[in-house]
Amino acid sequence: MSREPVLIRYFAWVRERIGLSEERLALPETVATAGDLVRWLSERGEAYAYAFEAPETIRVAVDQLHIEQDEPLGNAREIALFPPMTGG
Amino acid sequence: MDAATPRITVRVGPDDFDVGAEIDALQAGDPAVGAVTSFVGYCRDEGGRLSALELEYYPGMAEAEIGRVVGEAVARWPLLAVTVIHRGGRIRPGERIVLVVVSSSHREAAFAACDYIMDFLKTRAPFWKKEHPADRSEGGWVEAKAHDDARAERWGEKG
Repeated sequence: MSREPVLIRYFAWVRERIGLSEERLALPETVATAGDLVRWLSERGEAYAYAFEAPETIRVAVDQLHIEQDEPLGNAREIALFPPMTGG
Repeated sequence: MDAATPRITVRVGPDDFDVGAEIDALQAGDPAVGAVTSFVGYCRDEGGRLSALELEYYPGMAEAEIGRVVGEAVARWPLLAVTVIHRGGRIRPGERIVLVVVSSSHREAAFAACDYIMDFLKTRAPFWKKEHPADRSEGGWVEAKAHDDARAERWGEKG
């Protein structure tokens, strides 16, 4: 059983390594937290494995709010994965 | 805290800004304003090594997250107005990247809030810098600095 497809967005070197800026994916029920999502995505192929080779560095935002990797994704409409931020 | 709601402006996009005009706009004839502080961040050339920076950002969340940081500053200090402008896209050495302007009745609040907003903007606003080297070699992404996390942590709250 899977949920409604959710928009997954990638930024900076996560985007470059995967070769996509966004995609729509149906997440399995086993993907409950942000950390689960990072692990699940890293198994989608070589490019994903490269993007998420250091999973602890990946930041996650759900509906444009930062969450920690142990926090639940809930009924997200949009999930973004990206490296630590370097603005300012 | 002043009864009036602080005027908050957040802008993200490719356009440069007029620092003097933004500072004047924050005073805006308001006789309660006693202090305006500002911070302007520029693109460096890193000793001639860089020809440009590419600033990628998450449209929508960039504005929202800066707005949340400003909201925390407004809750913490008696501010009258705050403007934050952050540019995206290709920026060359010597060009402006970011502006934070804060007005208050007194300088302590204006200085502290400007510092606070910059600290959390760096660690929380979804922007990423990619370097374009002057020698035309393949550039890399700028790494986040532990120093910036440490600066944010000194305010005694979770980033």
